[in-house]
Amino acid sequence: MTDLIKYTAAETASAIAKGEVSAVEVAQAHLDRINAVDKKVNAFLHVDSEGALAAARKVDDKRAKGEQLSPLAGVPLALKDVFTTKGIPTTCGSKMLEGWIPPYDATLTRRLKDADVVILGKTNMDEFAMGSSTENSAYGPTGNPWDLTRIPGGSGGGSAAALAAFEAPLAIGTDTGGSIRQPGAVTGTVGVKPTYGSVSRYGLVAFSSSLDQGGPCARTVLDAALLHEAIAGHDPLDSTSIDAPVPAVVEAAKMRDIRGMRIGIVKEFAGEGYQAGVMQRFNESVELLRELGAEVVEVSCPSFTLALPAYYLIAPSECSSNLARFDAMRYGLRVGDDGTRSAEQVTALTREAGFGDEVKRRIILGTYALSSGYYDAYYGSAQKVRTLISRDFDAAFAGVDVLISPTTPTTAFPIGERADDPMAMYLADLCTIPSNLAGNAAMSLPCGLAPEDNLPVGLQIIAPAMADDRLYRVGGAVEAALNDKWGHTLLEEAPAL
Amino acid sequence: MSLVSYEEALASYDPVMGLEVHVELGTKTKMFCGCSTELGAEPNSQTCPTCLGLPGSLPVVNAVGVESAIRIGLALNCEIAEWCRFARKNYFYPDMPKNFQTSQYDEPIAFNGYLDVQLEDGEVFRVEIERAHMEEDTGKSTHIGGATGRIHGAEYSLLDYNRAGIPLIEIVTKPIEGAGHRAPEVAKAYVAELRELIKALGVSEARMDKGQMRCDVNLSLRPNGTEKFGTRSETKNVNSLRSVERAARFEIMRHATVLTDGGTIIQETRHFHEEDGSTTSGRIKDNAEDYRYFPEPDLVPVAPAREWVEELRAGLPELPRVRRARLQAEWGLNDQDMQSVLNAGAVESISETIAAGAPADQARKWWMGELARRANETGTELSEQPITPAQVARVCALVAEGKLNDKLARQVIEGVLAGEGEPDQVVEKRGLAVVSDDSALGAAVDQAIADNPDVAAKIRDGKVQAVGALVGAVMKATRGQADAAKVKDLILEKLA
Repeated sequence: MTDLIKYTAAETASAIAKGEVSAVEVAQAHLDRINAVDKKVNAFLHVDSEGALAAARKVDDKRAKGEQLSPLAGVPLALKDVFTTKGIPTTCGSKMLEGWIPPYDATLTRRLKDADVVILGKTNMDEFAMGSSTENSAYGPTGNPWDLTRIPGGSGGGSAAALAAFEAPLAIGTDTGGSIRQPGAVTGTVGVKPTYGSVSRYGLVAFSSSLDQGGPCARTVLDAALLHEAIAGHDPLDSTSIDAPVPAVVEAAKMRDIRGMRIGIVKEFAGEGYQAGVMQRFNESVELLRELGAEVVEVSCPSFTLALPAYYLIAPSECSSNLARFDAMRYGLRVGDDGTRSAEQVTALTREAGFGDEVKRRIILGTYALSSGYYDAYYGSAQKVRTLISRDFDAAFAGVDVLISPTTPTTAFPIGERADDPMAMYLADLCTIPSNLAGNAAMSLPCGLAPEDNLPVGLQIIAPAMADDRLYRVGGAVEAALNDKWGHTLLEEAPAL
Repeated sequence: MSLVSYEEALASYDPVMGLEVHVELGTKTKMFCGCSTELGAEPNSQTCPTCLGLPGSLPVVNAVGVESAIRIGLALNCEIAEWCRFARKNYFYPDMPKNFQTSQYDEPIAFNGYLDVQLEDGEVFRVEIERAHMEEDTGKSTHIGGATGRIHGAEYSLLDYNRAGIPLIEIVTKPIEGAGHRAPEVAKAYVAELRELIKALGVSEARMDKGQMRCDVNLSLRPNGTEKFGTRSETKNVNSLRSVERAARFEIMRHATVLTDGGTIIQETRHFHEEDGSTTSGRIKDNAEDYRYFPEPDLVPVAPAREWVEELRAGLPELPRVRRARLQAEWGLNDQDMQSVLNAGAVESISETIAAGAPADQARKWWMGELARRANETGTELSEQPITPAQVARVCALVAEGKLNDKLARQVIEGVLAGEGEPDQVVEKRGLAVVSDDSALGAAVDQAIADNPDVAAKIRDGKVQAVGALVGAVMKATRGQADAAKVKDLILEKLA
């Protein structure tokens, strides 16, 4: 039975469809695994055993009746605790929402249920998705299954760790500045930030509305593609949702042929601050791409050096407004309501007690950046930088099909190392942020272990908006070639938990 | 504090006004979600994740709301933005679910317009429009336990979010200058004209008493002959036409009193008090209040196609001022008579009575005479009288058919107003039909001739004008129910 947790999503779905295994057996195997290892990993904030088994039984019933099963029917999934789930707690990793039971499903949740995906539970995250290590969760940090004393990335560290710990073959993350890709990179898993607007944000508790994007996390490129197809597509409930067909990502993941593709290396993403082992694996990946028949060139995107400061004005500005609703009036935490205090005082006490330091830091930063007299200098300038970054991407994509870079400058750092140094923490997202600002598509996939620490290194692939299929085409080919070279998947080198 | 008189105030100061009117649109659903906008439902029954601002919820723009905003803009002679965005106005208040209001800031859907308003003496004053923009209403707080019904001193507050998210159009004037002593009148006339316009467009019932239309009166004074605006006060939520006028008038006197005394006006909001027409201090507003506006990232820009805007322009209904001019011509009234009709608020009633078949002069006679008098005596609106235009038209028809005379018609109207039913029922119940039965009348005429032999003699001698006395006698004998013309004919016939 332990084998079941090693199956890819594609293998699991196929085994269930063929009747080789029941969906209930698959769900139970994963629940058992969670039960066995999650005390150490702390990937899950809430495990919904009952709901998972009920969903699995439904799949088995459908199959028994001979009904057509969807491509991911019966496959277990770990859902980042930032998407609303009707009747199931949704905390966003914050004390502020402790005990809140949403009365509605996010569009993404609804689509997963409609696809008969078995939702195992909700995963840990940096509070309100603000962070790069999952240390900002109000419910304790998540450990990286490669080394439990190290961070699993963030904000979606719980989802990535659940994959790497074989607690689920699929997971959902959200990527505002790299929160899918950076955890993917440091845990040796695959993470995709789809084009902004291709996965509905309805029911995704907003951190930064113009940057947030839900996306698939998996252990293989094909699994990510299958999940991508299940969750993407136009949603009338999200005004920023793109009304266009989803690119054929599954087909692209299966192509394994990148001959003739033009690939650009982003020159700016190298140099000081980049770990030697990370650059070594990245450079090997470049060679591999050449061997596979792609033409690799160097491109310059000079505005990318401004991306980090622009991001730390735009995201906090939007979050300062998005998080204003947590006022103790209608739901969530309420502190100090003893009958003597005004609503205003209760709101203030609740926000003081309910938000963690990083969230407060960003609310204060954003409130300041939007203030009259500072708006043009901060928020206004940041929006201009955003335009420049988009132009850099446009110019680059005029000459190449995709761009590549390391996903993160370093491998997983020890828990606590950067906790008191926000600037060092922010650097973890240096390479991922430009894609959020431009709204295009990007993927991280494992490209080896850094020799100096034996920890996973991520390769980032970036494609133009609505060309998400290119990520899967390149990613699928690289993954296949690397697995051939290694003779196994990278995660098989991870230590046993 | 005793106030300087209105005349004294105007002798030294020149008022500058700005009027901000919020109109609740009559769309079926809210501005950013599918919840019903029906008034009077159980508190919090018309809510969803979006209008409750639940975590994760998102807004979707109501297309009818945008269309209504454009039509209002066009009717106000505004330019319509080719591209505009919503913006978030950030501030904390418990009745605002997201603690920001989705509104528009520097990119309103409509801007640079004007509305011509007619004052009571017929003079036309042009009020320039700065902008009209779309936004959402807040929820409603009810403060319990305090003396004033305001939050200060209340024990607790109840929140109803049924109103949260109802589409609002905020219409803001440019500074209204040069109205002088007529400023309060201009304010009232502007709001009245705007209300007519909104009703004509069919985008809202614009009932001020139901909060569907709310007015803020911003006012400042400057010494006569100077240019620079003084510090303004903002009197919030003035909710009737009369109150708009009173609030402006009171603020003129209050400002003048403070300024004359060597004091300074504090920039603040003011509450208007219906009972005595005064205003009291609300909250200080010293420009330090920072709403941290920024473009709403959850919504895409609104970019109305020019063809659509032109289509909407072409589809605008006849606007109130144009309609009034047409009606004046149709009814054959001079400016002065038309103005009295307008001042009495009788246009709709008369127009509907005519539509129900009454001749214009008759319709006007009843509404401007009997009914206007009654409205005046009872301090009610003409349109609120318990008689419908159709009922008035029926009375006119009965008169035209000779079944009623003027005096009887008046009694029928009285009966309808007293709740005795339809005009025909009143006629029957009160026995008010004109006596036209020749034999019954003949007897009354004979009796009158017999009772007044000297008058009869004069008539026989050719002094026909004396017939009036005999007609009067017959009318008295028949308690007014005879047809006077017929009585006259009968008398002359008998004495020929």
